[in-house]
Amino acid sequence: MGDLLSLFVNSVFIGNILLAYFLGICSFIAVSKTIETATGLGLAVIFVLTVTSPVNWLIYHGLLAPGALAWAGFPEMDLSFLKYITFIAVIAAIVQAVEMVIDRYSPLLYASLGVFLPLIAVNCAILGTSLFMVERNHTFVESVVFGAGSGTGWMLAIVSMAAIRKKVRYADVPAGLDGFGFIMIIAGLMAMTFMMFSGITL
Amino acid sequence: MQNDLSHYKEILVKGIWRENPVAYQVLGICSALAVTVKMSTALVMSIALTLVAAFSGLIISSLRHLIPSNIRIIVELTVIASLVIVTDQILQAYLYDISKQLSIFVGLIITNCIILGRAEAFALANNPADSFVDGIANGLGYSMILMAVAFFRELLGSGQFFGISVIPQFVYDMGFQDMGIMVLAPGAFFIIGLLVWLKNSLPGGISHEKK
Repeated sequence: MGDLLSLFVNSVFIGNILLAYFLGICSFIAVSKTIETATGLGLAVIFVLTVTSPVNWLIYHGLLAPGALAWAGFPEMDLSFLKYITFIAVIAAIVQAVEMVIDRYSPLLYASLGVFLPLIAVNCAILGTSLFMVERNHTFVESVVFGAGSGTGWMLAIVSMAAIRKKVRYADVPAGLDGFGFIMIIAGLMAMTFMMFSGITL
Repeated sequence: MQNDLSHYKEILVKGIWRENPVAYQVLGICSALAVTVKMSTALVMSIALTLVAAFSGLIISSLRHLIPSNIRIIVELTVIASLVIVTDQILQAYLYDISKQLSIFVGLIITNCIILGRAEAFALANNPADSFVDGIANGLGYSMILMAVAFFRELLGSGQFFGISVIPQFVYDMGFQDMGIMVLAPGAFFIIGLLVWLKNSLPGGISHEKK
């Protein structure tokens, strides 16, 4: 239990998927203009991550991993090179489902997320979490916790960024640095802040 | 022929400089910054991405009349993912150490916004040769930023250039120290922010929309 808690806290703060591994930055920049849309997208990302990570775990360890097909009589088989194409297909399908659900129950949120909802499918954070899950040999339960933790960390980062951008909207930033460059500097400062958590051991 | 060449040159200039995918369109940095601690990993990543961009443009453009528009994203992702699998296998076979250091980031070329963005915005509307050149142009534009970020991070963070120490010992004796922050995540954000500032301040650089 303590291990799982530690994994969760680690994936939210120290190994923050956005600020430590730079995943999901495109939508981090584009959707952090207002706090409401940032929160909406953040929740969608948490949900998609918590679902896709364990689903991909099952597929990987049931079909693709070296020796996984022993039950079907192919103990020599190693299909792990297919993980990219399989994971992206699973993610695309789940995102499509989420899109339909949000469109049905919250058309307002659907409209404000616009093109970025389908783009969750190609959000590096989602595919990255599944690939990290394989690389770090997580168990099934760990993959759920890691997915939820990464999503929470991503949401924390994007909502904080939206809040900061609201505060600096009328700040007098040098021409040329204004916009993308300035957001990168803020992100750098946020990444430094999140690194402070790395002294914590649970 | 002359016309053809200037046409390709136009596509190249647009991709590399005027509409640089990273600095102007804010695409594709997602999976990139993590590989810029060292020049060597950044170079391998740049080459891999440029080739995937060029060939995905070529293939998707050749298929553009055959792809039904409502499933085009899936088709595009399938083409891109297949190319990434090939790239990953080649790297594992010939550059095993670097492919270990790149860890999951080769796989993340699939979700790199530049690749899908160019497939959507260019390859679906242009002929295969143009799309191939466009892929190379955008790949080079991305590579340029990646190499610049890696140059500063490796030089300031560990005093090296492609793994060779370039800062002489006497500078260290005089009290110079490597900047640890450059090899950590914040260094990458700061460097890219400053590079974009530089690019926007140069002639021909376009200043960004207001926040």
